[in-house]
Amino acid sequence: MAGYYHRIDAIRNAANLKPVLGWRESDSVTAIPHQQPLPAPDVPLLALDTLWFQVAGTLCNIECTHCFISSSPTNRSHEMLTLADVEIRLAEARRLGVRDYYFTGGEPFMNRDMLAILETTLKQGPATVLTNGMLLRPELCRELRELFDRSEYSLDLRVSLDGFDAESHDAIRGKGVWERVMKGLRNLAGVGLNPVITVTEAAEGVGSAEGRTRFLEVIRGFGFARPRLKVLSLFRIGAEETRSHGYEEWERLSMDGLTPVDAATLQCSSSRMVTSRGVYVCPILIAEPAARMGETIADTLRPFALRYGACHTCWVDGVNCRT
Amino acid sequence: MTRLAFIGGIYSNYPALVATLADIERRGVDGSWFLGDLGAFGPHPNRVPELLIEKQIPGIQGNYEESLSSGATDCNCGYTDPRDNAYAQISYDYTAANTDDALKQWMGTLPREIRMDIGGLRILLSHGSPRRINEFLWHSTSSEPFLERLCEESRADVILCTHSGLQWHRRLERNRHVVNAGVIGRPANDGRTNVWYTLLTVERGEVSVEFVPIDYDHQTLAREMRAEHLPAEFIETIETGWWTTCLEILPAKERAHSKF
Repeated sequence: MAGYYHRIDAIRNAANLKPVLGWRESDSVTAIPHQQPLPAPDVPLLALDTLWFQVAGTLCNIECTHCFISSSPTNRSHEMLTLADVEIRLAEARRLGVRDYYFTGGEPFMNRDMLAILETTLKQGPATVLTNGMLLRPELCRELRELFDRSEYSLDLRVSLDGFDAESHDAIRGKGVWERVMKGLRNLAGVGLNPVITVTEAAEGVGSAEGRTRFLEVIRGFGFARPRLKVLSLFRIGAEETRSHGYEEWERLSMDGLTPVDAATLQCSSSRMVTSRGVYVCPILIAEPAARMGETIADTLRPFALRYGACHTCWVDGVNCRT
Repeated sequence: MTRLAFIGGIYSNYPALVATLADIERRGVDGSWFLGDLGAFGPHPNRVPELLIEKQIPGIQGNYEESLSSGATDCNCGYTDPRDNAYAQISYDYTAANTDDALKQWMGTLPREIRMDIGGLRILLSHGSPRRINEFLWHSTSSEPFLERLCEESRADVILCTHSGLQWHRRLERNRHVVNAGVIGRPANDGRTNVWYTLLTVERGEVSVEFVPIDYDHQTLAREMRAEHLPAEFIETIETGWWTTCLEILPAKERAHSKF
């Protein structure tokens, strides 16, 4: 029954947060156990718009209890990418007409090449960095601001929080993290950069309209007069599987196929993820060997079968990791 | 030389449309087109389509015309933030309730795209992008390789679009161009009350683009919006030139120039 109630939560959250094109409440019934289950549907790659880089690998300066790829100071499942690694991928992405670039980890600013990587990327297209905010020292913020100003394309930052206050945040991210992030956010505000604050549903109540309003007030309190907020779904894999529980057997997609409109709502129809180990279908599934689609980006320009529990979350919640 | 005028989202801004058409007439052009989203934001949504029909100006469907003509319950604007969607819904509900059925039917007859050949250049008019009616194409997030791909896939040398609300032009290799014509429905979020339309000139195969600022009687518009009980936030935008709503969709770079 726990799974059942979770599904209801997911449907409610999807209705509140993500009334995406093509999403229908009735779609959730596709997950109900079937006498003879239909196969996992294939998602075509409609267009390669977004390229992700696991730029810090799975290395992070903290160890969040909800991390779907279990990043930590010692997790070397995926290594950091060098500037040269990124340049090779950018050259291929240019030929393929990629629109924009996202950098994540682990903690991207642990990568010593990060500023050079951004500088190079921004000559080709817009870039977004997902950070925990702990390393946003005044000098780095100044350099990011200069890069922001001199780039024709947009440089955006996303800083993750996990609660309305130090207690709830640090329960997930570790003791003293809130205080360091606050310093980082003040440094960003000080140079006039206005990040998107992302918060997962692990933060109690943030999924509701009331919770969002409250969170926007919290962000204003950090010194951002124009608060930007994105609420993220939780994926019950990696560390999060231990913190809550994994996916139930029925939390798999089984259906005849997807219409192009349905497929367009899924980010795997328009993005791929580069790590030190190759090119994966999406930012969520890099711990799954079968989600590695090839060595080059060109190898991955083909459909992917939505066979994982996390795919179920993406479908039901209408998840898109893009801003 | 061929000179063409393109009018982006009008958002029921009737006085801006009157002023724009007068400016176009004064300059003299070889043709004018509207690029969709005739309604939203402003008051009395019948006036804009009625005037376009009367003046026999051709154009394409925006997401608004698609939604209104199909009886949809929302504008399908493509916003992702609940704050943007909440204001978009106010606009849509007002517009849907105040647009005549005959005009909604007419909107359903508009094409999704228009193609033409001007001096050997393939010109394509689309609302959001050639591939999606509600795609936001912003200057700071539309990379050149991506726009090259859009031109290639849509078999066009010049793509014109609107939808995002801010005008820009990217000149690509091999004499290809992508032009966001801006909108005349609300100001360009720059603290000035004027709106913008676009002139495109083709001369001996060379393309040039001019964004034309249009001053119009925005105070009358604001008064009419008040009389229709439209949100004070919308009226503030018309009176100040700063966007107050539907701006969470802005990329970081465009947002940095924004007051709100």
